[in-house]
Parts: sequence; C-alpha cells; structure tokens
Amino acid sequence: MTTAAVGARRIDVGKLLPQLIAPVAALVIAAAISSIALLISDKDPLTAFQHMYEFGTQPDQKVEILNKASELYIAAVAVAFGFKMGLFNIGVEGQSKVAAFFAGALASASFMDWMPGGLRIVLIVVVAMIVGAAWASIAALLKTQRGVSEVISTLMLNAIGGLVVTWLLNDHWGVTEPGAQIKTTGILPEDSWMPGLPIVSGTEQKVLGFFAIAVVLGAAYWFVINRTRFGFDLRATGYNPFAAVASGVNAKRMVITAMLISGAVAGLVNLPRMLGESHTYTEGFGGIGFTGIAVALLGRNHPIGMALGAILWGFLASSQIILDLDGIPKEIILIMQGVTVLSVVIAYELAARIGRRAQQRRVGVATAAAAPAAAEVVEESK
Amino acid sequence: MSTDTTLSAAAAQPAAKPRSRRMSTSTILLIVAGALVGLSLVHQLANAPDVTSSGAIQAALQAAVPLGLAGLGGLWAERAGVVNIGLEGQMILGTWFGAWGSLEFGPWIGLLIGILGGAVGGLVHAVATVTFGVDHIISGVAMTILAPGVVRYLSYITWGSAGATQSPQVVDQVPRLSVPGVNSLKGLEEHQWFLISDIAGVLRGLLHEVSLVTILAVLLIPLTAWVLWKTAFGLRVRSVGEDPQAAESLGLNVYRYKYYGVVISGAMAGLGGVYLSTVTSAIYREGQTGGRGYIGLAAMIFGNWRPGGLAVGASLFGYTDALQLRRGSESVHALLILVGALLLALAVWEFIRRNRVVAISSAVLGVLSYVLFFSVDKIPTALVQAAPYITVLVVLALAAQRLRPPAADGKPYRRGG
Repeated sequence: MTTAAVGARRIDVGKLLPQLIAPVAALVIAAAISSIALLISDKDPLTAFQHMYEFGTQPDQKVEILNKASELYIAAVAVAFGFKMGLFNIGVEGQSKVAAFFAGALASASFMDWMPGGLRIVLIVVVAMIVGAAWASIAALLKTQRGVSEVISTLMLNAIGGLVVTWLLNDHWGVTEPGAQIKTTGILPEDSWMPGLPIVSGTEQKVLGFFAIAVVLGAAYWFVINRTRFGFDLRATGYNPFAAVASGVNAKRMVITAMLISGAVAGLVNLPRMLGESHTYTEGFGGIGFTGIAVALLGRNHPIGMALGAILWGFLASSQIILDLDGIPKEIILIMQGVTVLSVVIAYELAARIGRRAQQRRVGVATAAAAPAAAEVVEESK
Repeated sequence: MSTDTTLSAAAAQPAAKPRSRRMSTSTILLIVAGALVGLSLVHQLANAPDVTSSGAIQAALQAAVPLGLAGLGGLWAERAGVVNIGLEGQMILGTWFGAWGSLEFGPWIGLLIGILGGAVGGLVHAVATVTFGVDHIISGVAMTILAPGVVRYLSYITWGSAGATQSPQVVDQVPRLSVPGVNSLKGLEEHQWFLISDIAGVLRGLLHEVSLVTILAVLLIPLTAWVLWKTAFGLRVRSVGEDPQAAESLGLNVYRYKYYGVVISGAMAGLGGVYLSTVTSAIYREGQTGGRGYIGLAAMIFGNWRPGGLAVGASLFGYTDALQLRRGSESVHALLILVGALLLALAVWEFIRRNRVVAISSAVLGVLSYVLFFSVDKIPTALVQAAPYITVLVVLALAAQRLRPPAADGKPYRRGG
C-alpha cells in the first residue's frame, strides 16, 4: 500500500500515468508468459486468444461474465475494506461459506413458512451479513486481545468454517431434495427467488439480480472510504499506523470495525447464486473468497479498478470452456490469472517508484531554482 | 572477523532481555514424561488405545514432518526479514515436482527436483519482495494463487486430462529403516498395560519403518539451528532480518542474504511437499497440502521463531492432524479429558498471575471440553478433521504473548534507505 491515491483530487499526471500503464503492462507480460506456456505444449496462442475473445463477447457469455463478476466484486470489496488499513482478511472464503449456510438454513426452515418472499430475501441478506461479521470477529478479537496475526487466524478459520458447515449440512440440517444426490439446506420457496435483470440484449438469459446490489455496494464502498471520518481513519492507519495512532485513532477499535465490515460484506459473496440460481446452499459453493483477494490486488482496492478486475476474471473464467473444445488445456487460464496477479503487484510497485522519482526530480528542480534566489535575499539583508 | 562480532553484538542486544528463561534439558524431559503419563491415563480412562498406538505415533511423525519443514521454511525467510505466506504455494510446487521427478527418475532425484521446485517458488517470492519491494503478504498470496495453476497445467500436459488432478501411483519410494529389535515391542504394546504399553507404542512408532527422508527432515532442525546461530553465514542472514541498515553499514549485501533466506525457505517448503506426495502417500493429488504451509507457519510462530520451538509446535499440530487417520472420533473424544485438564490448570495458573482474560477464556474452553466429553461418545469426523486448525487457534491465542519476531520482519528494505 503506497501513497498513490493521497492526492486524488489534485491530479498529478507524472504520478498517475505510470499507475495507469502498470496494469496494462502487467497484462501484456501475463499474456506473453501464457503464450510461452501454450507454445511449449504446441498450441497457437493467437488462435487461442482470438477464440476466447469471440466466445466471451457472445451475449450468453456476457451474462455469465457479469454473474461471475458480481460475486468476485463483492468478495474483492470485502477484502479491500481490510487491505485499505493494512489488515489482511484472508478469511473471506470461510466467512462467506458460514454466512450463506446459516442464512440459507434459517430461511428454508419450516418455521419460516409464513414469511412473505420479499421479506425473506431481506432476512437472508441481513443474517448472512451478521454471521459473516461474527465469524470475522473471532479473528479480530484474537488480534486485538491476544496479538494473533489475522493472516494465520483467518486461514485457520477458513478451514474450520468449511468443516463445521460440512458437519452441520451432512449430519444435522441438510435435506436431500427428491432426485438429488447431495444434501442442501432445502430449496427456498419460489417467492423468495431473486428475479434476474434483462440488461444484456440479444439473449434470453438474465443477469443475476444481485448484480444491482454489487453496484450499490461499490458506490457505498467508495463513499465510506473517501467521504467519511471512518474511511479517513482507515486510510490513515494504512499509510502510517504510528501517525494515525498519534493523531487519536483508536487502533484496536479500527481493527475490530474494519474486520466486522469486511466480514459482513464477505457474508454476501455467495448470495448472488443462492438467491438467483441455486436457491439453496450446497457444498459446491466456495473458491470465490480466495479469488476475491486477487481481484482486490488487481484493482488496487479502487472501486472501479476492482470492477474491471472482476470483469476480467469473469471473462477468463467463463471463456476457458472454449479452450477445451479447441484441445487446449483450460488450465492455462489458471496460469494466466496467477501470472497476472504477480506481475500486476510488481508493476504497481515499480510504477509507484517511478512516479515518486519523477516527483522528487521535479521538486528538486523547483527548489534548486528557488535556492539561488533565496540566497540572494539573504546576501542583501546582511 | 571483526565485522561479524560487531554485528553479533548489534543483533543480539534486543534479543538479550527476554531470553533468560530457556528450558533446560531436565525440564524438557519432565514435560515429555508428563505428556506420556497424561496420554497413558487417557488411554486407560477412556479405553482409547489409538492415543499412543505405534500406528498413531507413526502417523503423527509423518504428519509432523511436513509441518516442521514448512515451519523451517518460515524460519529461514523470516529470520532474513521476509514474511513468506507463500509457503503453501511452494509446498504445492514441491508435491507436484517431487511426484513427477520420482516417477521419471526415481525417488532420490525426485526428492531433489521437488526441493528445486519449491526453491524456484521461493526465488519468485524473493524477486517480488526483495528486488521489487512488493508487500510480503500480497506477494505470498499471489504465490498461492499462481502455484496451483502452474501444477494443474503441468499435470494436464504430462498426464493428460485424467491426470489433471492426480498423478499415477509413485511405486519407487525412498527406503525405510528400522532399529533392529524394535519390532519385538509389538507384544508389549498389545498388553495394554498402563504406561508400559504406551511407551512401547511410542518407541515402536518412532523407530520402526522410518523413511530416510524423515530422518533427513528431523536432522534439518538441529542443522538449521547450527547454521543460523553458529556460523558467520547464519549471523549475516539473521542480521538482515533484525536490522538491515546496520548490516548494510557494515558492508553486507543485504539483498543477497535476503535472497538466500527466501530461496532456502522455498526449498524447505518444497521438501515438505515432496514428503507429502512421496513418503506420506505415494501419489500426487490436487489440494494435498491442505493448508499445511500455513499450519507450519503457525508452528514457527508458536515456537517463537526458533528451531526447537517450532519442532515442538509441529509435533503438537502433527499429532492432532494424524488423529483423523485412525479411529479419530474415539481418540479425539478421549483426548478431551487431557485437553480439559490442561486448560483448567492453565486457567488457575493465569488467574494467580492476574491475567484475567486468558484465565477466563481458558476456563470456559476447559469446561466446554468436559461438557462435550460427557455429552457425546464420538466426535463427528468433520470436527476431527478440524482438530489441528482449532488447536492452532487455541494454542496461539493462549500463548501468543511474549513472542519476539525478528525486528525487521516483514518490513520493506531499500538499499541506502
């Protein structure tokens, strides 16, 4: 986390330009490395990329990309709330699983039958956020009370959360729908299925309704980070924890609040599919929380950057199907994604360095020009 | 070497204060004896022979080795001032390259190739963190995203679509050794006598059919301790982790020593990975590491960034990890007696020392253990699998104070800064 966005309002081209070139350069590097991997296995990279592009721009695929991107975006925002203050919530994966499971189990329990559909959707969202925050609070308390690194504790809580859900689902609350093989939390009544959005033309497919919530969430994230006192404290702690504490920020409370918000947002990650597609919780959910970290890194915790990152990731994930048809191992996508993340973080770091150096040079020139003048003034006054 | 003596004084100074309470050999022996008696009691009280059976102990040893190697990996990197959360990724590289190398060239070359795979992972992490100054955690996370992709792709192009997630069986393994005569303990173990059978079980588990790689891995712990604390090279590695500016002012090439630390770290994690795919099992499977890189890191933190401590941590976590393999539901249930007693004892101890938060939380956990023990007969399998992760959390929560990481651990360093 460097000082890239401090002066967002005073746009400094010398500093901004490297920041914009960085992700593009990183993508080019990632494409080059994936091409080498493809060439090693005797495949033509250009045809592969071309087919991916053609496939990914079909209307049906656009819908799938936006669906995938909504989930990833929510996960990325959850991660970014922590990243902004240098807090690493690697536990979005576990928080999202536990949250979706409890929300789904409660909403489809028999004593909830009286509830109207709309209200039930609200209930699911609220319960998921509370459970997500509660699961994250364990890590937050361990950090503030006992000094346990949140990286380790959230990773352990991911594993524990997944196993607790497996246990409760298979031994206690899970039901097997007629004709199904696996246990689920029970299909939600049809009136609480979230309707899709017909925003992509040229296809019958609808984008998951939660897409809208993801967009609102992005705006809320921007507002909280940039326009509230809490957001200011959060960023201040991220840039310089000592200065923040010295200026009156309560470090412990910041850790707990940031972690709770992060966990609450993480609770939403599995809801797009649960409310709009599967209508129940199954063990098939998962993996998005970890990928969300990559998207947050890619988008540099910026609301728009992360949106672009989520769409790129959605594109890569959904267009890998076409590669298999071409006889190209679709696993190449995983390499592409991994290399992209690594080269993007390196590129951002380099860009920040180049930007800083350019700024220093300009300041140096400016002060050098000012220095002789100042010296003359001193001479005259003698 | 005058530079090194000055350096040692500089590096040792902050460490000197809290380091007066190191355990003597007799204390360690007492703790081991106490653990044995405790486990024997659990064995008798709850009739759970797999708490100390040779099979369980052997499984525990095999589970502890990869954790210990990951912990050593963490130690090498963090002693050089670089946090390596990418251990998991380097371990994944180790599992695949180890299995592939063993299939192609036999077990010993396979071992080497796996170590190299991990070392390359470490090199990538070093390039990102040391040369380019990327945040260590971020680079580590990127590493754990990249590594599974790389091995999945390699797996697919070597073994075809059926082999994308697992390798063919690795037939050729590194030989196993037994201490002569140790197998005769088997009779003693089967008698189920208090303490005697338990000691027989533990000895047989530790000394019978031990892979040469296990021996090598266990030897790496004293070797690491010796290199890091008794050689000039180790002193330099530690000095760049404590105070890189001071090290630089004495003429050390800080970048180079950080590179050494992180690459060795990757190699250790890689060996841990090979161990999983060619010694613990005889096949590479996707997701085989199962977060062991992170548990290893936790073992190192528990061990206060020291080889001996991390070995204890790895043994503890390895033991809980291995329980699931052999009638874990009964064993974990029986162990709740011991866990509860330990937690309650800790509660009393901390209460006397006026440490309320810890006292109350360990008392609550202790009571909960007994409630759980008396309310069910078996612990559900999924929760037995969760036992090592829960142990890590509880142990770190109750012990995380009074730790001293290397002073410049995780901090970015720029030459001349």
